[in-house]
Amino acid sequence: MQNMLTVVANTLKGGAKINGSRVVVSARSFADLTPQASFDIKRCDLHRLDEGPSVQTVLTREDGLRYYRTMQTVRRMELKADQLYKQKIIRGFCHLYDGQEACAVGIEAGINPTDHLITAYRVHGYTYTRGVSVKEILAELTGRKGGIAKGKGGSMHMYAKNFYGGNGIVGAQVPLGAGVALACQYQAKNEVCVTLYGDGAANQGQIFEAFNMAALWKLPCIFICENNKYGMGTSVERASASTDYYKRGDYIPGLRVDGMDVLSVREATRFAADYCRYGKGPILMELQTYRYHGHSMSDPGVSYRTRDEIQEVRGKSDPITMLKDRMISNNMASLEEIKDIDAEIRKEIEEAAQFATSDPEPPLEDLCNHIFFNDTPFEVRGTSPWVKLKSIS
Amino acid sequence: MAYLRSILRSGKNAVPAVLRREFHRTLPAAVQQVTVRDAIKEALDEELERDERVFLLGEEVALFEGAYKVTRGLWKKYGDKRIIDTPITEIGFTGIAVGAAMAGLRPVVEYMSFNFSMQSVDHIINSAAKTYYMSGGLQPVSIVFRGPNGAAPGVAAQHAQCFAAWYGHVPGLKVVSPWSAEDAKGLLKSAIRDDNPVVFLENEIMYSVPFEMSEESQSKDFLIPIGKAKIERKGNHVTLVSHSHVVSRCMDAAAVLAKDGIECEVINLRTIRPMDMEAIETSVMKTKHLITVEGGWPQFGVGGEILARIMEGPGFSYLNAPAVRVTGVDIPMPYAKHLEENTLPQIKDIVFSVKKTLNV
Repeated sequence: MQNMLTVVANTLKGGAKINGSRVVVSARSFADLTPQASFDIKRCDLHRLDEGPSVQTVLTREDGLRYYRTMQTVRRMELKADQLYKQKIIRGFCHLYDGQEACAVGIEAGINPTDHLITAYRVHGYTYTRGVSVKEILAELTGRKGGIAKGKGGSMHMYAKNFYGGNGIVGAQVPLGAGVALACQYQAKNEVCVTLYGDGAANQGQIFEAFNMAALWKLPCIFICENNKYGMGTSVERASASTDYYKRGDYIPGLRVDGMDVLSVREATRFAADYCRYGKGPILMELQTYRYHGHSMSDPGVSYRTRDEIQEVRGKSDPITMLKDRMISNNMASLEEIKDIDAEIRKEIEEAAQFATSDPEPPLEDLCNHIFFNDTPFEVRGTSPWVKLKSIS
Repeated sequence: MAYLRSILRSGKNAVPAVLRREFHRTLPAAVQQVTVRDAIKEALDEELERDERVFLLGEEVALFEGAYKVTRGLWKKYGDKRIIDTPITEIGFTGIAVGAAMAGLRPVVEYMSFNFSMQSVDHIINSAAKTYYMSGGLQPVSIVFRGPNGAAPGVAAQHAQCFAAWYGHVPGLKVVSPWSAEDAKGLLKSAIRDDNPVVFLENEIMYSVPFEMSEESQSKDFLIPIGKAKIERKGNHVTLVSHSHVVSRCMDAAAVLAKDGIECEVINLRTIRPMDMEAIETSVMKTKHLITVEGGWPQFGVGGEILARIMEGPGFSYLNAPAVRVTGVDIPMPYAKHLEENTLPQIKDIVFSVKKTLNV
């Protein structure tokens, strides 16, 4: 009864989104659950900003479940990739994102699908949030023709609409992102570009060159430093003279955000996008986050940090657990519901992995294709003068 | 005809020769004298006008009107949005240009000298050239990188390197090296309209050289296809293959050799990658003698590639003598005039090589 009144009261207060199009999973009554709640989030440290994002945010049940589902999917997908790598079905480089899910999901929640995003090589999470299916991601990791890049790119080279990878050269993606922002400004569609880089990349000269031009020309670029405390095996204290990454933009305003809390990330991203979108110029966000895996699959990740540290973060700050606990303790979701979602995700990942291990590799005929776009077919020299291959756009 | 030949010869002699002959009375009305610099500017102007997505960026391209005045007048006509002055940050602005191209614009990046592009090489190759392939065809990159390449008088070692071989090495790039004004205009227009990354190697020595521009080449849709060489001079005895300013030297050498009854066929490569081997092979099958002539360094150079391909292809069995390369000397470019002159292939070097090859 009490809950029913709360629901009605919230509806009357205005804006409670009870979505009529939601699929009813079972005969359980949703009227028992709170449709939305307000949460306190950590205040951000500010640089050259008088005001920061709000310290309170409203989360609807619908959004909460969606963030949960997305983060859990990324988590499970990355763990599946770990498994496949250990089975030698994935080769080469594989940089996993588990622990950092709140960043990718929170950012996507704070921007529009028509906005743009670019990141470095720890990219599987963003590939998913930018619209590529788990199936296509895993199949790209296993190098099959059903992969998003037809098996020709691999872990670090995945692309989608308004998503520019997937970049293997540390720091290179930052000027590229500023360039996408220039295109946004040029085409005057009020779009922004989110340009991500890590604490390791933060010292790259080209990043400062990009900062300079972005500020000079007021490009709609949200620079985001995902500070997971370690650049490969080097901790931030050993790499950077200043670890206040949110201040490193100097004349560019910055904020430091709790990157383990999806709501903080969302709120900060909304704030940043608002700032950027209407001509104020670039802004810089530092997301304090953590990766559970080592730098890549060839790094156990314990030679430069302690297992205790990893365990502590898992226990106290896991982004998925945090969201789940928040929703359950505010009666926004039931444990059963969460279990159902987990089961669905597990199934989706299994099916995707199935596909990724059974889909054939790209055919040899595809070897020389996609050198040039919109071009006539031409001959490509093979490994010897008698081997003449063909390239088609 | 004499004045035409004098125009086709290298640089400084052409203009005075032409003026002395009062060309404005003897030229057909539609043909014009245009310097390579102006031809490049015309190409840029026409393409900026034709497609809104095209824009220029580089150091001093706007207000200063270009370090070599190639972009004179363009900023006044098109404004800040389309002609962008960049700070002196090559890797930064190259990355920005490539990103803009990924997002659908068509940037033309100017390097004040291709020597400065070394700072940007990661973006030209890893962000531009390889991307369409790595993305399995999802992400094209329509961009042109242009600027003066190779030798220029008195600029010394750090400003005189030729990058044709370096960029020509990379799959996913197209590399163009024009010689004449028509080359420059037609090829630059094609490069800008091409949906792929194109490295456009101009040359400072050629900027002020005027050439005859046919009526056809004055049209706004005049394009020269990338990947096709041009026979600048027909001959039966030996094939000279060259690119950029060195073509002028070959033409001069050919004139000298003609007096001894040796007729050279001079091929202007126009494009380094993809290279028009068919034109070279057809010529070699006729002349049976091949000499490549370039300003760049010999090791792993353009000539080395041509010779290797001739060895591997049908042309080899037609050769009556080993094919050879005439190149720049294998040293950093010195400053003193006499030393500098002797670092690049001179007319006498080409003449000497031809006579050695023909055993005369």
